[in-house]
Amino acid sequence: MKTLTLLTSGVALFAASFASANEDLMTRMDDASQWAIQTGDYANQRYSELDSINRENVGDLQVAWTFSTGVLRGHEGSPLVVGDTMFVHTPFPNIVYALDLNEDGKIKWRYEPKQDPNVIPVMCCDTVYRGVAYADGKIFLHQADTKVVALDSETGEVLWEAVNGDPSKGETNTATVLPVKDKVIVGISGGEFGVRGHVTAYNMETGEQEWRAYSMGPDEEILVDPENTTHLGEPVGENSGTNTWEGDQWMIGGGTTWGWYSYDPEADLIYYGTGNPSTWNPAQRPGDNRWSMTIMARDPDDGMAKWFYQMTPHDEWDFDGVNEMILTDQEVDGEARKLLTHFDRNGLAYTMDRLTGELMVAEKFDAAVNWTTGVDMDPESENYGRPAVVAEYSTEQNGEDVNSTGICPAALGTKDQQPASYSPKTELFYVPTNHVCMDYEPFRVSYTAGQPYVGATLAMYPAPESHGGMGNFIAWDNINGEIKWSIPEQFSVWSGALATAGDVVFYGTLEGYLKAVDSETGDELYRFKTPSGIIGNVMTYEHDGKQYVGILSGVGGWAGIGLAAGLTNPNDGLGAVGGYSALSDYTALGGQLTVFAIPD
Amino acid sequence: MTRPISLLLAAAACALSASALSAADAVSMDDPNIAVDYEEGGRYYTEDGIPTFNVAEDGTVDWPTFSGFRRYHAECHVCHGPDGEGSTYAPALKNSALEMDYYDFVDVVVNGRQKVGAADNSVMPAFGTNPNVMCYLDDIYTYLKAHGSGAIGRGRPAQKEAKSDTFSEMEDACMGS
Repeated sequence: MKTLTLLTSGVALFAASFASANEDLMTRMDDASQWAIQTGDYANQRYSELDSINRENVGDLQVAWTFSTGVLRGHEGSPLVVGDTMFVHTPFPNIVYALDLNEDGKIKWRYEPKQDPNVIPVMCCDTVYRGVAYADGKIFLHQADTKVVALDSETGEVLWEAVNGDPSKGETNTATVLPVKDKVIVGISGGEFGVRGHVTAYNMETGEQEWRAYSMGPDEEILVDPENTTHLGEPVGENSGTNTWEGDQWMIGGGTTWGWYSYDPEADLIYYGTGNPSTWNPAQRPGDNRWSMTIMARDPDDGMAKWFYQMTPHDEWDFDGVNEMILTDQEVDGEARKLLTHFDRNGLAYTMDRLTGELMVAEKFDAAVNWTTGVDMDPESENYGRPAVVAEYSTEQNGEDVNSTGICPAALGTKDQQPASYSPKTELFYVPTNHVCMDYEPFRVSYTAGQPYVGATLAMYPAPESHGGMGNFIAWDNINGEIKWSIPEQFSVWSGALATAGDVVFYGTLEGYLKAVDSETGDELYRFKTPSGIIGNVMTYEHDGKQYVGILSGVGGWAGIGLAAGLTNPNDGLGAVGGYSALSDYTALGGQLTVFAIPD
Repeated sequence: MTRPISLLLAAAACALSASALSAADAVSMDDPNIAVDYEEGGRYYTEDGIPTFNVAEDGTVDWPTFSGFRRYHAECHVCHGPDGEGSTYAPALKNSALEMDYYDFVDVVVNGRQKVGAADNSVMPAFGTNPNVMCYLDDIYTYLKAHGSGAIGRGRPAQKEAKSDTFSEMEDACMGS
């Protein structure tokens, strides 16, 4: 821990009080001219009140300016705009640029950490990074090698550093952090390396670790109160993080925490999901494997869990539960409710009461989903809240060394981390999705620290008997649990959406298009092809009274694995091979920010 | 970039990427690096004693090559793409297995290698301590060679020879099960 705090400028001192630091961030999130947090706001709605770009004029959108990040490979996340400064991040080596919007994006400062390149191959699926966070005059960078760095947002000077994990054991980072009150909430990646997932809070001023909550393990390590922490309304009881595991498999149990985090200031709870249990061979870890695949609500002050909900007990398909929890206040049956909506990798969209953890809706958000017939919604049932697994698609029931075919969705899920958005005007969620199925054959693997710990072989291909594409962009009604409209896409939609008060929804595609559609109808209003495929998230801000829309291009991530060469269905026989176009026919590596505006 | 071997490989990769599609056409099954000279315990070898694949006329592949298909898609494909076809950030190994000398291929898997520079952040990890890779390294090699040469297509081989007793014994000994 470095004590550089003494050297910090007046900017940091200005916000010395912890409470005001949080209020400062919330004020900026409420100010539509800024984009102060990756998720748009604490509720993860990714909605902007800006409406000078709207359904009437979005067709006139043009590129206003561009910026090359200097790095190739997958660019996830988005820039932030705080005051008159834009902060742009890159994948490994995780460079941060501060651009002065008053001077045409002149670089005010840049920070490039020194990292051991050996972290690169222990990152599953490319060297993506979903962006920096801002609070209290600081930019928080969470490097690939798990070092958390607080930078002075005015100068780029390092204020403190903390190390969250050990890459030599496969512990890495791809996620952004969540600043809450006087803390920075930090997750970890590495489920494919047998990492035991955890969430950790660091002191925003000093970088000291304040608490850590593991996803599985003894009660005191997973921070539960056996009597008061609930699962679907019932106390979780003692040893809930170990008693659904055989032996000490929980110690390498996965449940990593690399998704997006949300926060309800009124309830004072943070929300996130945990990833797959490891290995991918379910036969090697009998039991429900709690608390992998779980939605968690915790107190940010001490990490204590308020409630859990395990969506996919005993995962058999790699359906990580890390996707974002979108917090909304809506009316249900004439009653005002505090809701949490989550689009899971497993293909089910969940609507819950975010205060109590009550399950209200669990419905498929892609008709192709076939591994389950649905979730038992009867509170009196012993299977309450559990998905009914279809035997044909159960890699557990079919057993080791058996190839289970035609499972939908594929391991990359009906939706991965690419975040959805919500418009309070339409009360619809706009969801980027995958439309991909798989064959999955589990087999025995042995664990070696720092080495992949997978134990299954997969083949993925576009959902059969559908439109032939590998993605959809859908509008979802979370109260009734149904799709309002759906736009077929040739490739998975791996870009975070943005909805605005201008009745427009933006998203990017893997070919590289930025698209704008009508928030009511889904009708396409605008498209522009950026230099590389888009896996970043669309953001918007206002400067000098003018609205801008920004998006990072740079193909890669998990989408860059399979799609680069094209996916084929081994069951279709030779005739169909080549029928699915390869992504490499449309785009190449890149790393660029493109900013759009309506010409004067 | 320190080792001369890496320079050679990089050059080979560049040459290949320009003609990846035609690589299969140029490969003859009589190539001494491919042609089967003898079989031992269910595994096939060239006259130089290098592991190779054997695909019968009806498409039946030898067990080790099928095993390589499975292990490749567990250990390698999250970077190198399905069927060794490459991804946006890692090379197509179906070509590497053909172009690289067997012992160089093994060396890179065991020890890893790095290409880190202004435009490149490409790192192959060392798998030398990973039994899930090392116990199946020859399998993965022959699978990639079989697909790279065009002897088998993309996807899961439909038919395979039975697993030999010798293979099972060596597998159990190596995996410690």
